[in-house]
Amino acid sequence: MDAAQFLTIFISAVFIYNVILSRFLGLCSFIAISKQTKPALAMSLAVMFVTTMSSIITWLIYRFLLIPFHLTYLRTISFILVIATFVQFVEMVIRKISPPMYRFFGIYLPLITVNCAVLGVAVLNADMFFVGNKAVQGSFYYSAFQGICVGLGYTLAMLLMSGIRERLELCHVPKAVKDFPLGFIIASIMSLSFLGFNGFRF
Amino acid sequence: MRRYLQEFLKGIIRENPTFVLALGLCPTLAVSVSVINGIGMGLAATFVLLGSNIIISLIKNVIPDRIRIPCFIVVIATFVTINELVMKAYSPVLDRALGIYVPLIVVNCIVLGRAEAYAQKNSVLNSLFDGLGMGVGFTLALILISAIREFLGAGTILGHTLIKGFEPVFVLGMPSGALLLIGLLLGFFNVLKNRRA
Repeated sequence: MDAAQFLTIFISAVFIYNVILSRFLGLCSFIAISKQTKPALAMSLAVMFVTTMSSIITWLIYRFLLIPFHLTYLRTISFILVIATFVQFVEMVIRKISPPMYRFFGIYLPLITVNCAVLGVAVLNADMFFVGNKAVQGSFYYSAFQGICVGLGYTLAMLLMSGIRERLELCHVPKAVKDFPLGFIIASIMSLSFLGFNGFRF
Repeated sequence: MRRYLQEFLKGIIRENPTFVLALGLCPTLAVSVSVINGIGMGLAATFVLLGSNIIISLIKNVIPDRIRIPCFIVVIATFVTINELVMKAYSPVLDRALGIYVPLIVVNCIVLGRAEAYAQKNSVLNSLFDGLGMGVGFTLALILISAIREFLGAGTILGHTLIKGFEPVFVLGMPSGALLLIGLLLGFFNVLKNRRA
């Protein structure tokens, strides 16, 4: 476990392999909720929280349940179930303890269950930080940190996109490309500019 | 018979999951670098759609309404796991090329969408044809996108060079090219839809 590794994870998850612009995870919510900045921010924060927590939980499950009992082929089923349950649980807790917070991002929580970014980061962690069914040193911290960084990457893309789309509301665009298609074209140009980070090496 | 044929055909054009419903775009964009990847992903998704549609329409009366989504997810995840294991055993090259997008079929909106919108309300045979049609529609869309990307981005189709001396447009092989292409294609299909209306 060293600081350079954390920096590499940060740069690659946020910039080089940005979850949306390069890995295409969570594209549906990215296009659907990025019309205004405020809901976009709420969604991003919710996603960041869930990716971090689910990275931690799925790491524990993979390390202490699936590997010792030779059940790694049940990875997909167990991860998605745990994530779905966790999201449901968080929704219930938020509704109970803080109604204003629930109004702020409660409605986005059910959407996160089927957000590919969450399952994606869990699977990525299992692929990257376990070699031959053994946890590499410090893999727990790397996994949790990767969860945070993927959330940060999502937030960055989401904020940039919603800022652009808010201004775009005032422009005249061809009817055929209104909304979705134009969203994709903007995302394409953003992705092209993110390509510039590709040369980063440590 | 005609009815089943209709169920089958609607997924291919009128309700094409990719271009008309705009569902399941994440895997579509990620794996469409080459035609062979596109076909592999399409077949995998078709298998999962078919299996989950059949099982869910069979057990639709047993599932309590409030916990139906977790039940659907378990059924879908089972088929995804079967698919993962089969793919690892028989075509490891394809498995490596598709990478994390194979387990991510679980969260492909098309599969859960069809379970929720169709299979839980219709008979087994109808659901079977619906799943098959949607799967074929998804596969055809993938083939179309990946053919354009592979031809323009690498100058080949299925690994064969078509035009000698053709300078490929590398950006189409990259993520930004995929986003640009899907944006333009969705716009194109919107034009067709508006014209028909």
